[in-house]
Amino acid sequence: MNEFNFLASLPSIAPEIGLTVMAVVILFLDLQLPDSQRRNLSIVTAVGLIGTALLTVAVWSPTPETTGLYWGGMIRFDLLAVIFKVMILFAAAITALIASDSTGIGRKGEFYLIMVVSSLGACLISGAADLIMVFLALETTTIPLYILAAFKRDDPRSSESGMKYFLFGSFASAILLYGLSWLYGFTGQTNLYAIAEYLGSPEFQINIVPVLAALALIIVGFGFKISAAPFHFWTPDVYEGAPTPVTAFLSVASKAGSFALLVRFLVATFPDTLIMDGQQVASFWINLMAVLAVISMTFGNIVALSQRNIKRLLAYSSIAQAGYTLIGVAAIQATGAYQGVEAVAAIAYYMFMYTFTNLLAFAVIIIFSEATGSESIRDFAGLSRRNPWMALTMTIALLSLSGVPPAAGFFGKFFLFNAAVQANLVWLAIIGVLNSIIALYYYLVVIKVMYVDSSEDDDKPITMSRTYSYVLGVVSVIVLLLGTFGVQPIYNWALSGARALLNI
Amino acid sequence: MTIIGIDILTFLIAAPAVGAVALLMLPSQMKGLVRFAALGISIVIAAISIVVFFAYNSMNTGAYGMVVDLPWFELIGVGWHLGIDGISAAMVLLTGILTPLAILVSFEIDDRVNMHMALILFFATGSFGVFAAMDLMIFFLFYELTLVPMYFIINQWGSVDGREYASKKFFIYSLGGSLGMLLAIQLIGWSVSTVPAEIVATLSETTPALLSYVAGSPSFDIGVITALWPALTTQIGGVFLGVDIQTVKTLAFLGFFIAFCIKVPVWPFHTWLPDAHSEAPTAGSMLLAGVMLKLGAYGFLRLVIPFFPDVWVGEIDILGAIQTNFATIFAVLAMLGVVLGAYSAFGQTDIKRLVAYSSVNHMGFVAMGLAVAALAYGQAYMTGSSVHIQDAILATNGAVLQMFNHGLSSAGMFLLAGGIYHKTHTRDMTQYGGFWVKAPILGGIFIFTSMASLGLPGLNGFVSEFLIVRGAWSVFTSLTVISMLGLLFTGGYILKGIRAVLHGPFNMHWKDHKLEIDLRELVAIAPLMALMLITGIAPNWILSVINASVSLMMGIPVQA
Amino acid sequence: MVETVSFPVLSLLIFIPIIAAVIILFLPREQKDLIKGIAVTAAFAVFVLGLFTFISYNNNHEMIRAAQDAIIAEGGESSATRMYDETLVFEERVVWVEALGITYHLGIDGLSAPMVLLTGMVTVTGVLMSWRIEDRTREFMAFFLLLVSGVFGVFVANDLFVLFFFYELAIFPMYLLIATWGWVKLREYAAMKLTLYILIGSVVALVGAIAMVLQANTFFVNDGAQIFANAVESGILPANSSELSFSITQLTLAAENGAFNLPFVGDISFANVWFPFIFLGFAVLAGVFPFHNWSPDGHVAAPTAVSMIHAGVLMKVGAYAALRVGIQLMPEGAHTHLPWIVFLTLINVVYGAFIAFRQRDFKYVIGFSSVSHMGLVSMGFATMNLVGMTGAGLQMFSHGAMTALFFGCVGMVYDRAHTRDIPSLGGFIKIMPWVGVAFIIGGLASMGMPGLSGFVAEFPIFQGMWEASPTTVLQIGSFSLTNYYAILVIIAALAIVITAAYVLRVTGQVFFGEFDRAKYPDVDDITLRERFILVFLGAPLILLGIYPSLIAPMLETGLRPVLALLGVAT
Repeated sequence: MNEFNFLASLPSIAPEIGLTVMAVVILFLDLQLPDSQRRNLSIVTAVGLIGTALLTVAVWSPTPETTGLYWGGMIRFDLLAVIFKVMILFAAAITALIASDSTGIGRKGEFYLIMVVSSLGACLISGAADLIMVFLALETTTIPLYILAAFKRDDPRSSESGMKYFLFGSFASAILLYGLSWLYGFTGQTNLYAIAEYLGSPEFQINIVPVLAALALIIVGFGFKISAAPFHFWTPDVYEGAPTPVTAFLSVASKAGSFALLVRFLVATFPDTLIMDGQQVASFWINLMAVLAVISMTFGNIVALSQRNIKRLLAYSSIAQAGYTLIGVAAIQATGAYQGVEAVAAIAYYMFMYTFTNLLAFAVIIIFSEATGSESIRDFAGLSRRNPWMALTMTIALLSLSGVPPAAGFFGKFFLFNAAVQANLVWLAIIGVLNSIIALYYYLVVIKVMYVDSSEDDDKPITMSRTYSYVLGVVSVIVLLLGTFGVQPIYNWALSGARALLNI
Repeated sequence: MTIIGIDILTFLIAAPAVGAVALLMLPSQMKGLVRFAALGISIVIAAISIVVFFAYNSMNTGAYGMVVDLPWFELIGVGWHLGIDGISAAMVLLTGILTPLAILVSFEIDDRVNMHMALILFFATGSFGVFAAMDLMIFFLFYELTLVPMYFIINQWGSVDGREYASKKFFIYSLGGSLGMLLAIQLIGWSVSTVPAEIVATLSETTPALLSYVAGSPSFDIGVITALWPALTTQIGGVFLGVDIQTVKTLAFLGFFIAFCIKVPVWPFHTWLPDAHSEAPTAGSMLLAGVMLKLGAYGFLRLVIPFFPDVWVGEIDILGAIQTNFATIFAVLAMLGVVLGAYSAFGQTDIKRLVAYSSVNHMGFVAMGLAVAALAYGQAYMTGSSVHIQDAILATNGAVLQMFNHGLSSAGMFLLAGGIYHKTHTRDMTQYGGFWVKAPILGGIFIFTSMASLGLPGLNGFVSEFLIVRGAWSVFTSLTVISMLGLLFTGGYILKGIRAVLHGPFNMHWKDHKLEIDLRELVAIAPLMALMLITGIAPNWILSVINASVSLMMGIPVQA
Repeated sequence: MVETVSFPVLSLLIFIPIIAAVIILFLPREQKDLIKGIAVTAAFAVFVLGLFTFISYNNNHEMIRAAQDAIIAEGGESSATRMYDETLVFEERVVWVEALGITYHLGIDGLSAPMVLLTGMVTVTGVLMSWRIEDRTREFMAFFLLLVSGVFGVFVANDLFVLFFFYELAIFPMYLLIATWGWVKLREYAAMKLTLYILIGSVVALVGAIAMVLQANTFFVNDGAQIFANAVESGILPANSSELSFSITQLTLAAENGAFNLPFVGDISFANVWFPFIFLGFAVLAGVFPFHNWSPDGHVAAPTAVSMIHAGVLMKVGAYAALRVGIQLMPEGAHTHLPWIVFLTLINVVYGAFIAFRQRDFKYVIGFSSVSHMGLVSMGFATMNLVGMTGAGLQMFSHGAMTALFFGCVGMVYDRAHTRDIPSLGGFIKIMPWVGVAFIIGGLASMGMPGLSGFVAEFPIFQGMWEASPTTVLQIGSFSLTNYYAILVIIAALAIVITAAYVLRVTGQVFFGEFDRAKYPDVDDITLRERFILVFLGAPLILLGIYPSLIAPMLETGLRPVLALLGVAT
């Protein structure tokens, strides 16, 4: 590692710095603003986050020359990290906006503060290249989320979900930490790339089994974070209990961050060039991922079929979505001319579109439950009469989740399955598409309820604030663009990100 | 020969359809206008058909005249190929004459007049199309087309009680019958393309129809098929479609045979006919008996006989006991038709059913003539010569003439029966009786027409039946003898009909009904009677035309 | 390749409905007349465009045919692909996702031209037919137009991905239209069933398509490199094209040069493995037995306009895609598998007709008759010769117009009588003669009555079956079967009589007989608008019946490349 150059190192954590500054600003405003103007906090936060995001893309994104390890190998500064950071920042921004009118949250500065901190952690994760950083960043992300989940102190469900989340989360962190410590024990290294190098080198004498055990422990840890079955227990209750904006945020931000980390960790630490005892370590985690993918998709979708509560439904759907994404992870295996670039790109693209799609769905739910105080699917009846726009937006979101054109999900799934077929995982792709059909069923049921069923208060229109209508409009347009005209640039971006990760 | 730029045959076919559409456009309230418009159109059509007949007559060759051949559906090698020879000329004339009469008669129809008239005209289109077609597809197209108007005429304007059943039976019977034909047509049209080029070349020296035909391409041209399809057995033989070619041909033959047998109708395929006739409105029955049945006989003569010479005369042995061939079987069926038709006619009390069975009886003679033709033609084709050629020519002439005559007389009979029914509202002859008293003119006409169909010398029926019997005599002697006995029944039921209607004690129930024939009906039947008489005394005006083509078909070029 | 215009006709076909739909969505829901106005304008616009493309292709088809003849005469490498390239007109090419070789590539050939016209017709009539929809008119029209644009997209796509994109795009609005505006008793069940059936089929096919593209890619990178280079040089493929591409032309090139005949699983070739999945995957939408199950329920549950476009056009989309992707790109698979798939189509034809005969519900009769008639289309494909496949093409058009007409008639009766129970109807021709006559014409066409389109469509199909009989071989292991097509066609022909029977039955019971004024007090004659619909859909049946060469020759130009790929001389 060359000698430390502060200025050159700055861009790699520029967004994080930005977030820190913002956190301070929010804290200050929170103290200063009178109650009447507290609502503007959301605007400020959102503007700040989006500004940071744009700066990250425009100014702080790496060139091939600047790509590399910084801060003593703590951070890998590459395009993939930037992509994930951008989507996390957008997620936070949108969450801030859709939280603005939700009771008990919208006017509380600390909510925005904690959320910003959590996104700071998420941003760090996506670039983390060192065991220490991995763990720190993960905790920085999740600990604020525990607080947020329990944010509504007076609402028992909220406190319960916070507690659940905290228990399961710390349990997961413990397992993860245990696995990491094993790795450190074997190699005496903390930097991921160094670990890979050492494991590959002849002076590493321990046989493969304990290494695989460590790997398994770590994957279990990640499994919790990305809420993949069978490590998903916390998901439904937390999703249901937590205040909806929080659910929205943790369903995308922490997921995106964790996936970024998962991909980077596996590719960096156990590349498919790594041979131990004549066995390719990569094939182990690839098969493991394939299995996890199948379990998550199938379990998530089948259980989702029987849900009555929209948030639980989305919880299980998010488990399934994690499953689809894991198809991509499993497809990161070089076969012949194919080097896994498409797979990584597909994951990035999927997460990107999933962020907007899921937030769109949650935005509608927030508005709805604010207006009606209900979260049960049955009460969505007649939404298309009470507010056609909300119904249409929800429809777009659900279509995108189920992967029907012209919504973004179609391309997202297409890229994943394409990668799978390229990696000779046709069977996985088939299971994937069949699952997407199962999923389509329960999404369609919701749409059916909104459009077909009628309720007694059909004639009571639901109104929404200007902020909300803008958010819904803009995000739906983004989702549609990601399914049509926007595909080319974003996917190319993701591709170059993938190349940067894999050094191709 | 063209009318307003369209060749006359196409015009003849198109005109009724166009007229029909025009009629539909007329306001349905103005019934009078509609009726006379329809009459006008039909008279024009009749005129054209007469022109066609005499124009062809003046050509005085037996060959096809007024030929048109335009591309229509190249994909499957079907052309708009029209032309007439003596046989079709006679039929065209018949159709042309009967159409206006039918329309005149259906002036009595009062419900949805323009629809009814339009359907009659559509029917004319169909019949003209069949008689003028020189392409199998065109033939089939119009052949099926005639079903539809007839179905609706019966189904909509027939007698209320039985029309549903009768029309449906008629339609399904005919459609189902022609199904086998459709398949056979497709099989034939494709399989001519399997005839090797050299065989086509050799054949084309003798048959001009092949000159424009490209070997190896499917064709539905009747001339081409006549030359090539039989050649499949005689020249190639062997296995075809995985089975022996003879089997394939026999199946195809049966497809045609049954379709046309139902149409003619040949016993035992006739059961639809009495129902259809008795339920149909007068005009419907006239056209049905006068024209539609001829489609079947015409089909035999034009398609089945030339296409399947080998099958007609091919040896069949039934249970090893009887050695026979299809021509003979056909003759037997014809005989049965004559005898049983007459017999059942004798048993009827319903006047229209009586006339209907008389049709079975008379068409039986036609079938007999055709059977002779089939046998002779087949032998001539297979062995190069046949002892029966001369008889066959006589019989065939007779058959064609009989078709024409039966067209006239049965139409006349139905007109009268319909007239009586219209006045008395019953078809039950036991209710009639002694009508002569109140309706002398009707009586005279009734007797005249009956005699014509009975075959009284001096009237048309005699000439044709004589020719058939004369031709059949030396070929199917015993069968002919039995059919002659059948003539006794014919006499029997005719007289029974006359007795029941005209003689006997007058049924007082009708005393204050008007029974005398209307002027309209009189006008309608007059031309028929005139033709019956003329044809009876001097048949040559039409027989010469028929004969020319028949002899040509039988391989004897006419001496011009 | 014949360019006739400079403006992007095909894109307009796709985008006019979308734009109209968006505009409609932004209108206040009260302004129903304005909404309908915009919808009908858009519909007429696409119809006129469709007619325009149809006519201009028609004017060029001799030229195209001549060019194809020249190519056949000259022979040489990838001649079939060159022939296919010749048939494409109105091509548009915009790179969409370069990395995966996805191009927004449109173009119509002799097969799609009639379909585009048909879609235009059904769109116009469909919008007019939904004039009385009062509940959420805005959403209805918007979704309907969306559906239409999806259908157009499939027909004009010359890129496999684009085809799938629009294929799935078309299915979803269908769900909402049926579930929301459909027949209360059945709509939710039917809509869901329909959507899931069709989507399962299409996604399985999608995976197959991806595999196909990758296979072609590996082929062009390795063995086929030279062929690829030549193709680019000779201008069949655009200069900047990459080996990895979803372009149907390029895949055709791969297919022709045997990329899909390479072993895939063991020694079974790629085509033989994937053909059933892809062909049947699409054929689900064409209602092939045993995947036809969704269709009658779907038709019955749907609101009239949707039934019209569904049976009239969407089922054709399935058949079209099955031909385009299945047969054209995997001829070897077609040779292996169609000989047994033909049995399924036979079941369609006969069984469909039988079931139709048994129905009490007016709309179910039509629904099952569609199953029967679409069976004929697939049967035509299974002949794998010019006559039969052209017949299938004609049948697609004819059945489209015919069944739309049928559903139109049913809708008009139902709107007034509020029942579809055949026995309780009767005498309607007295009240609404136009509907009666239209239904009779449609019925005669559907029973293949000569002089109407049904005949000129069914005749070539049967003809093709005869023609295919000696050459087609069904090989299962050591067991092989020949000449059975001749028997199948004889059985299939029975359907004609059954069809006649149920058409007569329905006509007799619904339109003839006595009309019961007491039972149906408010039944009145149809409006001018509805008459227009009937004429608009009925006229083509007669026109095509009298003059089949309206469409047949252009279908031939479209089919010759496919047949060349199948190794059949045309």
